[in-house]
Amino acid sequence: MELANLIVIFLFGGLLAWLAEMMMENSARWVSLLTIALCSAYLWRLVGHIPAELFHINPVANQAGTWLMHHQMNWIPRFGVSFELAMDGLSLLLIVLTLFLGVVAVVSSWAEVDHHRGFFQANLLWTLAGVIGVFLALDLFLFFLFWEVMLVPMYLLIAIWGHEGKAHAAMKFFIFTQVSGLLMLLAIIVLVVLSAETLGRYSFSYFDLLQNDLSGGVATMVMLGFFVAFTVKLPGVPFHTWLPDAHTQAPTAGSVLLAGILLKTGAYGLLRFTVPLFPEAALQFAPIAMGLGAAGVVYGAVLAFGQSDFKRLVAYSSVSHMGFVLLGIFAWNHLAIQGAVMQMVAHGLSTAALFMIAGALQQRLHTRDLGAMGGLWHNMPRMGALALFFIVASLGLPGMGNFVAEFLILVGLFQSMPWMAVVAALGLITGAIYSLRLMQEAFQGKPDAHRTLPDFGPLEMTVMIAMVIGLLWLGLYPQPVLDLAQPVINSLTAEVQL
Amino acid sequence: MLQNTVLIPLLPLLSAVILIATAGRLPKRLVATLGAGSVGLSAILVAQLSIAWLDNPVPYSLHLWTWMSVGDFQPGIAFYVDGLTVVMMSVITGVGFLIHLYSTEFMQDDDDYSRYFTYMNLFVGAMLILVLADNLLLLYLGWEGVGVCSYLLVGFWYKDPANGAAARKAFIVTRIGDTAMALGLFLLFTELRTLEIQQLAAAANLQWEPGGNLPILACALLLGGAVGKSAQLPLHTWLPDAMAGPTPVSALIHAATMVTAGVYLIARTHALFLMAPPVMLAVAIIGVATLLLAAFTALNQTDIKRILAYSTISQIGYMFLALGVGAFSAGIFHLMTHAFFKALLFLAAGAVIHCLHHEHNIFRMGGLRTRLPVVFWSFLIGSAALAALPFTSGWYSKDEILLATWTMPWAGPWLWAGGILGAILTALYSFRLVFIVFWGEAKTEPDRQPEWRMAGPLALLCLLSVVGGFIAQPLDQVFPAHQPEHATGAVAWITMGIAILGVIVAYLIYLSKQWSVEAGLNSPGMSRLREFWYSGWGMDRFYDSLFVSPYKTLARIMRNEPIDQLYNGIVQLSLWLHGWLSDQQSGQLRRYAASMVVGLILLVAVLAGAR
Amino acid sequence: MGGLVVPLEHVLLLAGLLFICGLTGLMIRRNVIFILMSLEVMLNAAALAFVAAGAYWGEPDGQIIFLLILAVAAAEVSVGLGLVLQIQRRFKTLDLDQASRMGG
Repeated sequence: MELANLIVIFLFGGLLAWLAEMMMENSARWVSLLTIALCSAYLWRLVGHIPAELFHINPVANQAGTWLMHHQMNWIPRFGVSFELAMDGLSLLLIVLTLFLGVVAVVSSWAEVDHHRGFFQANLLWTLAGVIGVFLALDLFLFFLFWEVMLVPMYLLIAIWGHEGKAHAAMKFFIFTQVSGLLMLLAIIVLVVLSAETLGRYSFSYFDLLQNDLSGGVATMVMLGFFVAFTVKLPGVPFHTWLPDAHTQAPTAGSVLLAGILLKTGAYGLLRFTVPLFPEAALQFAPIAMGLGAAGVVYGAVLAFGQSDFKRLVAYSSVSHMGFVLLGIFAWNHLAIQGAVMQMVAHGLSTAALFMIAGALQQRLHTRDLGAMGGLWHNMPRMGALALFFIVASLGLPGMGNFVAEFLILVGLFQSMPWMAVVAALGLITGAIYSLRLMQEAFQGKPDAHRTLPDFGPLEMTVMIAMVIGLLWLGLYPQPVLDLAQPVINSLTAEVQL
Repeated sequence: MLQNTVLIPLLPLLSAVILIATAGRLPKRLVATLGAGSVGLSAILVAQLSIAWLDNPVPYSLHLWTWMSVGDFQPGIAFYVDGLTVVMMSVITGVGFLIHLYSTEFMQDDDDYSRYFTYMNLFVGAMLILVLADNLLLLYLGWEGVGVCSYLLVGFWYKDPANGAAARKAFIVTRIGDTAMALGLFLLFTELRTLEIQQLAAAANLQWEPGGNLPILACALLLGGAVGKSAQLPLHTWLPDAMAGPTPVSALIHAATMVTAGVYLIARTHALFLMAPPVMLAVAIIGVATLLLAAFTALNQTDIKRILAYSTISQIGYMFLALGVGAFSAGIFHLMTHAFFKALLFLAAGAVIHCLHHEHNIFRMGGLRTRLPVVFWSFLIGSAALAALPFTSGWYSKDEILLATWTMPWAGPWLWAGGILGAILTALYSFRLVFIVFWGEAKTEPDRQPEWRMAGPLALLCLLSVVGGFIAQPLDQVFPAHQPEHATGAVAWITMGIAILGVIVAYLIYLSKQWSVEAGLNSPGMSRLREFWYSGWGMDRFYDSLFVSPYKTLARIMRNEPIDQLYNGIVQLSLWLHGWLSDQQSGQLRRYAASMVVGLILLVAVLAGAR
Repeated sequence: MGGLVVPLEHVLLLAGLLFICGLTGLMIRRNVIFILMSLEVMLNAAALAFVAAGAYWGEPDGQIIFLLILAVAAAEVSVGLGLVLQIQRRFKTLDLDQASRMGG
C-alpha cells in the first residue's frame, strides 16, 4: 500500500488545502508546501528501505520482485482489473521531478493567484496526484483512470485562473486530451480483448499484456491509438496546437506543471507502453514517428521565432524540445533513450523556470507582449541573469542538462538514421535563433526610463537557484540520473529490439 | 605540480562565480583584483607548469571524472597536456592577463564593471577548458562556452539594439559551424566508438583508409566548425560586426584567442586531417581565399576596429594556409605571434578610442604621433609585426608559412603567390592605418593619456611582438616529424622582403603623397569595385537575401500556426453541421411530414434496391 | 376467389391515389382543419386497401383492421378537433405555420 499512499497524500492534501483556506486566509499555499514536503519525506523513507543492489538490477517485466517496488490488489477481478502500482528507476526519477516542480508551481502561484486560493491549491495538488498515479500505475485500466484524474483539475486551473482567452484555451486542451484519451481507452479495450484469446482470461496488467505480442494490422491500429494519445500529450507535430494556447492562457503554476510534468507523461507513455507493447508495429512505424519528431524540432523552432508573446514563444520551444524526445524514443537505442529521459528532466527544469520568469514579468508589466518589453536587464538584473542562464540552457549550451540530453539523442539517432540526425541538428541552429531573440526583445535593448520594477525576491531566488544548480548538475555530472534509468532502459531494449 | 593543472581553468571560473554571487555589489577595486588577479594567478601556474613540463616533456592526462557513461560512450571531464596545450595555455593566460589588466583601466567608468569581469573570466575559463580537453566533447563544451561569452561580451552594452544584433549574428553564424562540428562528432563516435582525441587518431589509423570517404566527411564536418569559429570563408561575416563589443574584448576574444580555436582544432586533430588530403587542400584554399578577400576589404575600411578585424580574418587565413599545406608548427607559431601583435594593435586602438571620446573613424584622427607617443610606438611595432617586416615576430612566422607553402605539390606555387599578394596588401593596409592615424594634421584632440594599467600591457606586448619570434615552441612531439621542406633561393628572398614593398607603396600613397591614386580610385569602375570590397565582397547582403530574410518571412507567414487551420477546419465543419441540423428543427409540421415522406421513400428505395 | 368483383389492382390504385391526395393535402395546406381532413383521407385510403385485400384473399382480417382504423380515426378526430380549438383560442389563427413554437 505504500505506493498508493503517495497518491493519497496528495488527494487529501488538496482537500485539506481547500478547507484550510476557508478557515484562514492564505493558509492553502502553506498546506500545499507541507503536503509536498510530507510526500517527499515519505518517498525518501520508502526509497531508503529499498536494498541498494536493486537499483542495479534490470527490472524484468514478469518478475515483480525485480522492480524497486511493486504492489497489486484485486479491484474488479471479473474483468482482470487490479490496483497495480509499481516503481522502477524511471518512475522514481519522474516522481522526484514531479515533487520538485510541484514546489516550483506552488511558489510561482504564491502572489499571483488572488481569488479562490484554496480551490486553486486543491486543483494543483490533485493534478500532482494524477501525475504520480500515471507514473506508477501498471494496470492499464488504472493508468487510464489516473490519466483522466490528471486532466480535470488541470482544465479547471486553466479555465478558472487563466488569462484573457482562458475559456477557449481550456476547452481546446480538454478536447484534444479527451479525444486522444478515448482513442487510448479504445485501444486498451481492444488490446485486452485480443490478449484474452491467448491468455485465457481478461487482464489489464502491464506484465500480462507484455507477454503476448500482437502482430499484423490490428497491432498497428491499436498501437496508433496509444501513440496518438501520448503524442498529443507530448506534444508532437501535428497534434501540438493545443499547447501554445493552453500555455499562454494558463496561470504560471499551470504552465509550470504543464510544461514541466504533464508533457512528460506523454513521453513516459510512449516509452513504457507504446513501444514495448507493440514492438513489431512500432518498428514499422518508427521512421514516421521519427519524421514527426524531426519535423517538430524544426517546426517548433520556426514558429517560436515568429511569436511576439513571451509565453507562446516558450511554448513553441517546448514543441521543439519534445520533438527531440520523440526522436530519442523511436531511435530506440541506449544512447538515444537515455537522452530522451535526460531531456524530460532537463526540459522540465529549464522550461518551468522560463515560465516562471514569464509569469513574473506578466505580474509586473501586465503584458506578455515582447514588443512592450526591452531593456529589462537594467530594471531587474537578477531576473535578467537568470533568464539568460535558462535561455542558454534551453538552446543547449554544454555544461547544462539540455545539452547532455540533446547530444545523447542525436548521437544515438545518428547510429540508426544519420539523415534524421542531420535534420534534427538543424534544431541546434534554429533553437539559438529564437532563444537569443527572446533574450534580446525582453531583457536587452533600450530600457524604459520611467519604469521601476521589483526584482526577484528571496523566495523566487531560492527556487530559481535550486533550478540553476539542478541544471548544472545534470549538465556536468548526469551520471546519477543515467544510472537510475539505465536498468530500466536495459530491460526495455532487451525486451524489444527495433 | 601537475595536479595544479586543474586550478588553471578553475581559478578564473571561481572568480566568475564569486562575481556572479555578489552581483555587482563589490567595490571596483576588488572586482579588478579578483578579475585580473585570478587570470594572473592562472598565468603564474601555467608558467610554473611549463617550466616543470619542459624538463620532462612527456604528454600526460588528468582524469577528473566521467562526464557521462552510457554503454561505450564514456567521455570524461579529463585534461590532456602536451606541447600544443602548453603553448595555447601560455598564450591564453599570458595575453589574457595583460588584457584583463588593461581592462581594469579601460572599463573604469563603466557601471557594469563587475559584469564585464564576470564574462571575461568565464571566457578565459572556457577557453582553457577548450585547449585542455582530452576528448572532443569536452572541447565542444569549451568551444560553445567561449561562443556564449563572445555573445555576451559583443552585446555587453546591451542598451543599444545594434550591439545585440551583432552579438546574435556572432553566435548564430558560429553556431552553424558548430552544428557541422557536432555532426562530425556523431560521425566520429559512430564509426570509431570514442571521442578521446589520442584514441581517435589511433583508431582512425587502424580502421580507415587514408583518403577514404569517411575521413573526408568527418574532417569536412570538423572543418565546418573551425571555419565558423575562426571566421573563415564562408562563415566570416560575423567577425567585423563583433567589433561592437568593448575593445579589450576584441583584443582577447576576436583576435588573440577564441578566433584561433579553429586553428587549434585542426592542429589538434591533425592525425585525422592528414588522412583526408582533399580536406587539407580545401583548408589551404579557404585560407588563401579568405586572406585575400579580407585584405582587400581591410584596405577600404574607415573604422579602425573593422580594419583590424579584417586583418585578423586575413591573418587566420595564413594560419589555415599553413595547416592546409601540413606546416602545423608554422601555423601554431603564427597563432602565437599573431596573438601578441594583434592584441597589441587592438589594445593600442582601444587606447586611441579611449583617449579620443570613442572616435572610430580613422579619417577623423591624425597627428597622434606626438600627442599619444606610447600608443604610437605600440601601434607602429604592432603594425610592423603584422606587416611582417623583417626581424619582427610576425616576419618569422609568416616566412615559415610561405616557404612551406611553396614546396607543396602542384598547388604550392599558386597558393604561395596568393600569400605573397596578401603580404603586400597586409603591409599596405596596416601602414595606411598608421600613416593616416598618427601622421598628418590633428583632427581630434585626445582628452587623456593612458595610465600604467593600460601602458604597461602595451609595453609588454610590444616586447613580445618584437622578440616573440625567438620563443621556441615545444611542438616536435605533437606534430608529424616530417613537415614540408622550406623553399630556398629566389623564392626565399622574395618571401622575406615582400612586405617592405608594401610599406613603401603605403608611404608613397598615404604619407608623402607622391603617388596620387585619387583619380584612379574615384573612376566609376574602381569606385564600384571599392564599394564591393568595402561591403566585404557583398557577403552580408548575399546571406541576408539567401537565408535571413527568407527565414524571417517564413516565420512571419507561419506564426499563426498553419497546422491549427486543420483543427479550425474541423471546428468550422462542426459549427456548420450544427447550424444546418438546428435549422431542420423548424417547428413546421408540414416540413416534418414532407421529410418523413422523403425519408420513407428513400428507405423503401434502398430496401427495394437491396433486394 | 369471387370475393372481389373488380380487379384488386384497380382498388389498390384507387387507394394509392387517395393516399397521395391526402398526403399532398397534408403537406401543402396550412389550415389545421384541412390537415385533419387530409389525414382522414389517408386513413380511409389505407382502410380501403385493407378491405379490398381482405375481400381478395377471402379473409376477415381486412374488415377487422378496417374497424380498428375507423376507431382510431374517430379518436384522432376528437383529439385533433380539441387541439384545433386550443390552437384557435391561443393563437387566434388556424394557420399551423403561424402557430409554430418549436423552431430550432
